Amino acid sequence: MVDVEDRVGSLLELVHITKTYQGPEGGVSALDDVSIAIEEGDFAAVMGPSGSGKSTLLTILGAMNPPTSGKMYVDGIDVYGLSVERLADFRKRYLGFVFQQHQLIPYLTAAENVMLPLVICECDGSKRAMAERALERVGLAGMGGRLPNQLSGGEQGRVAIARAVVNEPVIVLADEPTGALDSQTGEEIMALFKQLNDDGHTIVMVTHNHENAAHAKRIVCLKDGRLPEAEEASPGAYCIK
Amino acid sequence: MRILAIALNNLRRRKGRTLFQALGLLIGIAAVVTLVAVTTAMRADLEKKIDEFGSNLVIVPKANDLSLSYGGITLPNTAGAKYLREKDAALIRTIPDGESINVVAPKLLAPVEADARRLLMVGVLFPEELRAKKWWRLRGTKPTAPDQVIVGANAGSKLGVRPGSPIEVNGEKFQVAALLRPTGSSEDDLIFADLHRTQNLLGVPGKVSMIEVSAWCSSCPIERIVAQTAYVLPSAKVTAVKQAAAARKTTVDLVTKFSLGIAGAVLAVGALIVFTTMMASVSERTREIGVFRAIGFRKRHVMKIFFFEILLLSLLAGAAGFVVGTGGAQLLAPRLAGAAVSVRWDPLVAAGAIVLALVIGFGASWYPARRASQLDPVEALRSL
Repeated sequence: MVDVEDRVGSLLELVHITKTYQGPEGGVSALDDVSIAIEEGDFAAVMGPSGSGKSTLLTILGAMNPPTSGKMYVDGIDVYGLSVERLADFRKRYLGFVFQQHQLIPYLTAAENVMLPLVICECDGSKRAMAERALERVGLAGMGGRLPNQLSGGEQGRVAIARAVVNEPVIVLADEPTGALDSQTGEEIMALFKQLNDDGHTIVMVTHNHENAAHAKRIVCLKDGRLPEAEEASPGAYCIK
Repeated sequence: MRILAIALNNLRRRKGRTLFQALGLLIGIAAVVTLVAVTTAMRADLEKKIDEFGSNLVIVPKANDLSLSYGGITLPNTAGAKYLREKDAALIRTIPDGESINVVAPKLLAPVEADARRLLMVGVLFPEELRAKKWWRLRGTKPTAPDQVIVGANAGSKLGVRPGSPIEVNGEKFQVAALLRPTGSSEDDLIFADLHRTQNLLGVPGKVSMIEVSAWCSSCPIERIVAQTAYVLPSAKVTAVKQAAAARKTTVDLVTKFSLGIAGAVLAVGALIVFTTMMASVSERTREIGVFRAIGFRKRHVMKIFFFEILLLSLLAGAAGFVVGTGGAQLLAPRLAGAAVSVRWDPLVAAGAIVLALVIGFGASWYPARRASQLDPVEALRSL
């Protein structure tokens, strides 16, 4: 694994992150001293078995879940030093999310779903035109007027990706983006992520799927909330069998 | 797209839930509008009826010695030769609030000897008196000639007369036109005769002992009328009949309190419906709120979505509630309060209905909206 101390100035840095949840029988450690650095233009896949801390890591990366200890820096900003409302502003400016099951708002059309991050931004130009361009980018030109239930699973996934990138965020976070799709559609979605990465987007993706992970430039493995020694020695080797 | 558009689209595309929420508020507002409209109409009708029942003012001459009583009003002693002028009655209608005056009924009171019995005779203008005394029930006919009298129930029984009987008063002949059915008041002991005939009988032409005044009290400022009447009749003592005013006020207040109580209960139910529906909506939309928060919506943005929704719903429910409520009142009022009651389309009530809907809507939605905005995005996303 990359040594954080050597990565000062990276786009995203997690420094000795620990997260402990309080359970009925005392504290449960979800992440234990995890340090990761992500460079601009990187495409990292976070892998690991269930309960390994992937989701916790994603919510921490998503500026929604303050760690018990440790720091997270993005673009030099101490993210969890911000107030709750400034964290929301940070997410709006720096992050794009692709959720598991896509999570489109059912009563908004595809174009309106894509426009959601623009509702609260001080953007120049027509928001609808920006949404149409984002839809065109994911191959859904002319389908902006459809409601989510009028779209296939793959199309919904594309809308979710268009929503994540419409305001040109610095980092795109994806949580099992192909989890609800068949393998062929999943492959198309992954090709889209690859394309976004080639276009300069930094992507961090949580996945169980080794084929999906193979599209990433880097694989980060978690086990029991830690980065295993083997992973430190040979990045990705632990996860890819 | 703006936040308002999110709220609007949610309402537009979730028609069933929107309709249910709006109905909860609409029913409450419509019920209140109906109650207010019916109560207002009933109050107007009640006041009209009460106005028809007798005087609001009694005007007597200023005097130092007091000895006679009529209808609970103490009168100056007629022997003291203190009278009002009959033409003073016309002056009463010239006061600034003269349009509120309904009936002006001058009276001349004097003890007389009728068929060898000493009784009190009251000279009245029968058309005015019969308009003022709506509760009078006559056995016989209304007097049509100056020498015809109406005899109170007790007096008639003491004198042993019936309708059509001749009667001698102070040596002059009169005829009983009708007997007054018992009223339970001092009127039962009196003989009512034509005012001018009585004046001639007593030798005081153009004089009256008192004037009773009945005002249209849906609009009458009774204390102001008293002051204005006292001003135009400086030699008279003007008194508001407190009992009647108090009784009217008590009745109207009771009706108002009752309807306010019902309205409050209905509104509370309406608010509860909005509250529970909004709470259910927040719960149902947890994932959605999680998505909003994750992509950078601030807490106030989330609150705005809910508040815009309730703003639109409240405006809709307030306007529809006014239409349904007033329509309902127009149907119900005649059945509840008699055919004479009429309900009108009042723009003030419309404005009130909308304001009330907004107050109830926002009041009941504040907590759910705040709760939605306070949702931890991680908790919300955990349900994804």
